[in-house]
Parts: sequence; C-alpha cells; structure tokens
Amino acid sequence: MVTLNHYLILSGLLFCVGTAGVFLRRNLITVLLSVEIMLNAVNITFVAAGRYHGSVDGQIITFFVMTVAAAEAAVGLALVIALFRHRETLSPDAFTSLKW
Amino acid sequence: MEQIVFYVLAAVALLASFGVIGQRNPMHSVMLLIVSFGAYAGLYVLLDAPFTAVTQIIIYAGAIMVLFLFVVMLLNAHTEDDMVPATIGPRTMKIGVVLSLALVGEVAYALLKIARTDFGTDAGTVSSIKDVGHIGSMLYTSYSFAFEVTSILILVSMVGAVVIAGKPRKDR
Amino acid sequence: MVALIPLLPFLGFLINASVGRRVSKSVSGAVACLLMLGAFGASVTAVLAAHNAPGRFIQETVFRWISSGDLQIPLAFRVDPLSSLMILVVTGIGSLIHIYSTAYMHEETDAEFARYFSYLNLFAAFMLVLVLGSSFPVMFVGWEGVGLCSYLLIGFWFRKQSAADAGKKAFVVNRIGDFGFILGMFLIFVTFHTLDFQEVAWRVSTWAPEIAVGPATIATLLLFLGATGKSAQIPLYVWLPDAMEGPTPVSALIHAATMVTAGVYMIGRNAVLFQHAPITLAVVAGIGIATALMAGTIGLVQNDIKRVLAYSTVSQLGYMFLAMGVGAYTAGIFHLYTHAFFKALLFLGSGAVIHALAGEQDLRNMGGLRKALPITYWTFLIGALAIAGIPPLAGFFSKDEILFRTFAHGNRIMWIVGLLTSFLTATYMFRLVFLAFHGDRRHPEHPAHDAHPAPDAHPAPDAHLHDAPPAMAIVLIVLAIGSIVAGFVGWPHAIGGANRIERFLEPSFEAHQMAPGEFQVIEGRASRQPRVELAAGVEPAVPGSQAVDERREIELMLLSVAIAVAGILVAMFFWLRNRAAATRVAYRAAPIYTLLLNKYYVDELYDATVVQPIKKLSTLLLWRGIDAALIDGAVNGVGGAVRGTSAALRRLQTGSIRAYAASLFLGVVVILGWYLMR
Repeated sequence: MVTLNHYLILSGLLFCVGTAGVFLRRNLITVLLSVEIMLNAVNITFVAAGRYHGSVDGQIITFFVMTVAAAEAAVGLALVIALFRHRETLSPDAFTSLKW
Repeated sequence: MEQIVFYVLAAVALLASFGVIGQRNPMHSVMLLIVSFGAYAGLYVLLDAPFTAVTQIIIYAGAIMVLFLFVVMLLNAHTEDDMVPATIGPRTMKIGVVLSLALVGEVAYALLKIARTDFGTDAGTVSSIKDVGHIGSMLYTSYSFAFEVTSILILVSMVGAVVIAGKPRKDR
Repeated sequence: MVALIPLLPFLGFLINASVGRRVSKSVSGAVACLLMLGAFGASVTAVLAAHNAPGRFIQETVFRWISSGDLQIPLAFRVDPLSSLMILVVTGIGSLIHIYSTAYMHEETDAEFARYFSYLNLFAAFMLVLVLGSSFPVMFVGWEGVGLCSYLLIGFWFRKQSAADAGKKAFVVNRIGDFGFILGMFLIFVTFHTLDFQEVAWRVSTWAPEIAVGPATIATLLLFLGATGKSAQIPLYVWLPDAMEGPTPVSALIHAATMVTAGVYMIGRNAVLFQHAPITLAVVAGIGIATALMAGTIGLVQNDIKRVLAYSTVSQLGYMFLAMGVGAYTAGIFHLYTHAFFKALLFLGSGAVIHALAGEQDLRNMGGLRKALPITYWTFLIGALAIAGIPPLAGFFSKDEILFRTFAHGNRIMWIVGLLTSFLTATYMFRLVFLAFHGDRRHPEHPAHDAHPAPDAHPAPDAHLHDAPPAMAIVLIVLAIGSIVAGFVGWPHAIGGANRIERFLEPSFEAHQMAPGEFQVIEGRASRQPRVELAAGVEPAVPGSQAVDERREIELMLLSVAIAVAGILVAMFFWLRNRAAATRVAYRAAPIYTLLLNKYYVDELYDATVVQPIKKLSTLLLWRGIDAALIDGAVNGVGGAVRGTSAALRRLQTGSIRAYAASLFLGVVVILGWYLMR
C-alpha cells in the first residue's frame, strides 16, 4: 500500500536535493534548475495531501504554483541574461559588488 | 502493482534530481530535469490527478524547460567557470554539505513522527478529484480572485523579462 | 505699585534691546530717559506713601517666589526710610545720567546707542531690585544683576582689548566677593531659618547674645567679603580703576553713585545683625580707613583724569565703611547720598572735558581749559570743593559727621588717619582741578590716547573744543546745585540744625517686632503696624548719642575745615604756582613715587600669587587631564568603539551570493530544528 507517508518522504528528499543544489552549484542556470526541483517537490506534497483529504484544493494550488514558477523562471532567466552581459560569466561568485 | 509503479517512478525522480545537481554540463542538467518531470507526471497520475499531470508536462516540461534550453544555448553556458575564484572556500562547502544532510535528517525525523495514513479509496471522492470540470469550476468560482491576480502576475513577469533581458538601449 | 519702580527701567531694557537698533537715536534715548524719569516719579510717590504709612514703611509682595518648607521667599519689595533714600538717589541721579548720556554717546551708531541704553536701563532695574528687596535672595538677584551690567558696560567698547579685559576683571573679582555673600546667606539661613531682613534683625536681637554673636560674626564677615568686592575695598578693589575703560557716564553712575554703594547699603540694611558682631564692625572700620588712605595716596600721583576720580571713589567708599564700622549707620548713608551728587558731578565734568578734547584723558596734556569750558569748570570746581569738605557744601556735612562719630567712638588712630585722608582728598582733587583747568594748555607730544573710539576721530586735538552741549550742561548744573544743598538735611545739632536725615533714617536701623504668622505672603500692598519694641536687655541697635558735648563737636568741625583748606593750599602751591617743585619732589622721593604710581604693585602681586597658579593648574589638571583626556577620551572612545564594532560586523557583507544563500539555509535548518524540538 502506498500511503501518504511515502509521498511525503519522497517530496522531502527531493526538496533537500534541490536545496543542496542551490547552495553547492557554481552556475546560475543550475541554481535556477535546483529551485525548480524544490518547487516540484512541494507540488507533489500538495497533490498528495489533496488526495488524502479528498478535496481538489491540492491540485488548484499546484496549478497556481506552476504558474508562478513559470513567471519566476522567466524573470530569473532574464536576469541571468542581463548579468551575463555584464560579466561574461555565469558564476554567482563573480557578482560581489556589494562587498564591504 | 501500484507500489511497484510508485517505487519506480520515485527512483527515477530521485536519480534524475541528483543528476541535475550533479552534472557539470548545464545542458545535461536540463535534460535530466525534463526526465524527472516525466516521473512527476506519472506520480500525479497515480494520485488520481490527471489534469495536473498533463499540466505538468505542458507547462513545465514544455514551456519552462524550453525556455531554459534557449537560455543555455544562447549564453553558451559551459561548465562551471574556474576563472572566477570561488568566494566560498572548501571549508564552507563542507559546511554546506553538512547542512544539507542536517536538513534531510530533520525532514526525516518530522515525517517519521507522522502516523501511517492511508489514502481513502472512496470512489466518489476519487471521481471528484479526477474530474477536470470540477477543477475548472473551482478555479473560476472559489479561487477566481487568485486566478485573476495570477494572470496579472504573468503579464508583469512578461514585461519584466522583456525589459531586463532586452538589448541595452542605444542612448545609454 | 512699588514693583513699578524697577519694572519701568526693565521695560526700557526690553524695548531698547529688541527694537532699539532699528529706531533713531532720539527715539531710543528718549525711551530710556522717560522710563527712568517715570521710575523717579514712581519712587517719589512710593516714598511719600511710605512716609505716611504706619510704621513708615510699605511692603509689597509681587509673587511667591520660593516656597519650600522652612524656606519661604516671596519676591517682595520694601520701601522704608533707607530704601526710600536709595531709590531716590538711584532713579534721580540715574535719570540725570541718562540725559547726559544722550549727548555724550551721540557719536555712536544707532545700534550701539540703543545697546548702551538698554544696558543702562537694565542696570537701573537691577539696582532698584537690590535696594528694594526685602530679603537676602531678592537683594542677591539685584546684586548679581548689577555685577552683570557692570561687566557689560565696562566692556561696552568690547573691540578694544583693554576694555574687554577690564570687564572680565570686574566680573571675576566681583564673583569672588559674591561667593562670600552666598556663604553668608547660607549661614544666616541655617542659623536663623529665615532670610527676610526684618525677621533676621528681630531674631538676632531677641536671642541671647552668646548664641547670636558667633554665627552673626561669621555671617557678617562673609557678607562683608561680598561688600569688599562690590564696593571696591581691600582686598577686592582692583577692578575699579580698570573699570574706567567704560564710557564716562557709566563710570559716573555705576562706579561712583550707585553700584559701588551697594556694599554700604547692604551693611546698613543689616545694621542690627552687624551690631551684634563687634569683631566684624572693627574689621569693617579698619579695612575702610585703610582703603581710604591707600587709595588717597595712589590718587595723588595718577595721570589719567578718570583714574584719579576712580581712586577717589575707592577712598570715599572707605569713609563710608569706616562710618558703618563705628556704628554710625546714618552718617555712612548720609555720605553715600552726598557722595553720589558730587562724585557723579565730577565724573560727568571730566566726561565733558574728555569730550571737548576728543578723547584726551591724560592730565599732563591738559591745562588752561578754564576759559574754554566755563560751565564745566565752575561745576567741576563746586564738585571739588564739595568733596574736599568745604562748608557749606554737601561733602562737609557728611564727611564731618563721619569723622566726629569716629572720634566719639573712641578710636583715635582711625580718626587721625581719617583726617590725613581728608587732607589727601583735598590735595589730589585740587591737583586735578589745577592741572586740567588752569595754567597753559599743554599739547600732547604723542597722539591723543583714544579712550573714546569715535568713528570720526578728530585730527586736530582742539578742533572739538567747545563747552558741554545743553543736555550735558544742564545735568552738570543740576548736580552742582545738588552738591551745594544736599548736605543741608544733615545739618548737625551742634550748630543749630535738626539733623533731619538722622531722624529720618533711624527706624531703618532698628529691629522691629514682627510676630511670626503676621508675615504672610499675600499679593499686593501690605502695610503693617509694627510695634517698635526692643527686647529688654538688648543693646539698642543704633548707638545712642555718645557723651561728647557739642563744643567738642564744633572744635572738630573747625579742625576738618582747616585740614581741607590746608590741602587746597598745598595743591595750589605745587600745581598752580610752581609746577617744577612738584616734579622735584617726585624726583627726590622717586621710590615712593614709583610705588604710588604703580598702585603699590597690587595687581602684579595678585597676578603672581593667584592668577598664574590658577592658570597653570587649570591648564594642567582641568584642561589636559580632565577635559582632553577624560571627557574627550570618553566621547571619542564611544565613537571608536562603534567604529570597531562596525568594522567587525561588516565582514558579514561578503558580497558573495552563495554565502548569503548559505546563511539562509543555516537559518532554515535552525528554525526547523527548533520547531521540531518543541
């Protein structure tokens, strides 16, 4: 029997993977991809919980999450392009102007 | 049967995600992410949410990932640039790894405290969840405000993306 | 009503201080003079009212100033015989000097003119508060206030270094005296639990002498220290000669007629208290006569016309203190009153001379002005005769009264020194007259010492040589008339007079019973009926007439006249007939001459023993030690600490996005962990 717990564990693991990716990678695009992983993990949680409660709210929230994720990805990538134009590199370590 | 499908799909998703964060080439990361999206879609189907599964493929795999691909190709993104010196030394990296494991541990600990909860198998509930028409009607009635706001959000992000990523203006 | 007396000049101060510089000189001068005349009118009214009131006094409380348990100090003014005389002198002579000033200061700009009159009015207001105050604190307000105005007016031409220095010197030296005054005031409160003059007088006279004398002596000595500061006696007289840097009308008003008499007045006000401290009285008399002699000797050789008059003032004040010291309070106040007339006259006359000579003040560069400045000359001569003590002018009566009382008190040495000083007074005063007005005009070898920085300095020294303008001349004439007739109120019994002034002032020097509880703080006018009772067994506050018969008095009178005439004759010989002889005497007695010319080197002595050590101590300890090291160190230290802390904290801002992400991550883990633990 697949229980809610299974899905929750799965999404928890996926979330941690995404977080690790955000921190450990030195390529801006990969960082954004890791953020997408985190969002998807959350989506799974929502849908599973919605299924558990027997309501459709989980999917609706997922719908919105996806939309917002799309918007965020668009703007984020636009920023990456703008930054790339500036420094010709995609490493987050190149942008240290706000250093004391 | 359902269990096997679940475990297979879960494994695919996990392995693909590890691959995303592990791969050096960003192109590979994007491809692997698309694979994981496919796994997610399967999981949604298992959860009696076909609409979400389809939406996942269309929006995420179809639109967002294409966008990522475009950007990767446009910027000719290679592997990590070693020309730029890392601002975080190896010690902090190790701390990062430790923190990630700590997060894992916490999440696991939290989840283990939850009692075993089974999904309901009531046919009526299932059908109401499955029903796309039901989702649609909820969207346009109870959640209509959020719906409208989201549409504005999309508009804003479109404009923003154009402005930010657009060519630098000549008169600067 | 009584409060109007100091209020009108204060109003003048406010007006002239705020809008004075924007109006013309005639307006600001008129405002000041009219308000002073108004104060004079109010004084006359108040004096008449007080004279007709039961008990011969009016007390008016303006408001309840300090009220704290035992310490009840209303802002109250009291018009009794003594303060009646004082307010008439202050407002009367004050008004005259205001009028004189409108002409004397006419070369100043509008703004400076208004500033001058605002200060002058403020001074009058404070002086009136001083003499009208019914308790120590109110008097002290006036005391401090006149000190302030003295500083402001001495340093009126503050752009001149010597004037600014003189102002500071006056203020600082006064302050030392004020310290004594404050301590005396505290002691009186602690001993008698009251600060009202009447109350103190009553209590000190009803207590047993053994307990009263000790605190009374110490308190009066401290008060007398204040008096030496304000009234320029040894040891705090050094500021008065320097104060001549101020405009001449200021010297006339403040440093001759009114402010410097505040010390004498204070002793008169507390006559009963002083009467119970015989040691203090001896000290007062001793210092008074010593100062009189010392100042007289210095004045004999000074070359600046105002310096001679300044030392003369110090000397005459010494006489007044001598009188107070031997218990002749009426005589002292009488001399205060006559001295106000002729000293103001002399100063204003010298002002006319200085004005005519466009700023020349050195006697060696004057002479022969008798023909050119007739009004000035004749009024000045009257003033000189008055101060020398030639009957029937005013100075004779008052000075003779003092000498007689000293003689009657039994202190022969002081009497002889008093006679000697009287001789010196006549001599130096007529030296002044002869050098300034008689003989040939001596032109300056060097450019005129510009004591009066007029914006349009006259190139030819005699170009301005005209007699006093009307405003100044009228005042001089009025004061001359006063110097002649003012003494008549004190015509002694011995030659057939009634000595009205003594009878008039007597009630002020006695203790009146005020039952406790009668003394309430109510608004408005309050006149009471005191019962003039002196507790049994207590010596009368005013010394009764000593058993010296009148024949003796007439003999002594003739002696003083003879001494005065002798002084004039000596002056005539040395400075009218045979100037060379004076130079020869000075040559022969060169050491003494130099000593006198340099004022016994007192200023240098003070500088070496007091001023320099304080300066060094302040520099080393207070400035370097405390201010620079401690306070600056603390303040800069706080700044330094903030800087250090922020330098350490800003390292958080690494600019590395990943580091920020890492800290976010860390926060998430921690918070999540905390929630899980709960």
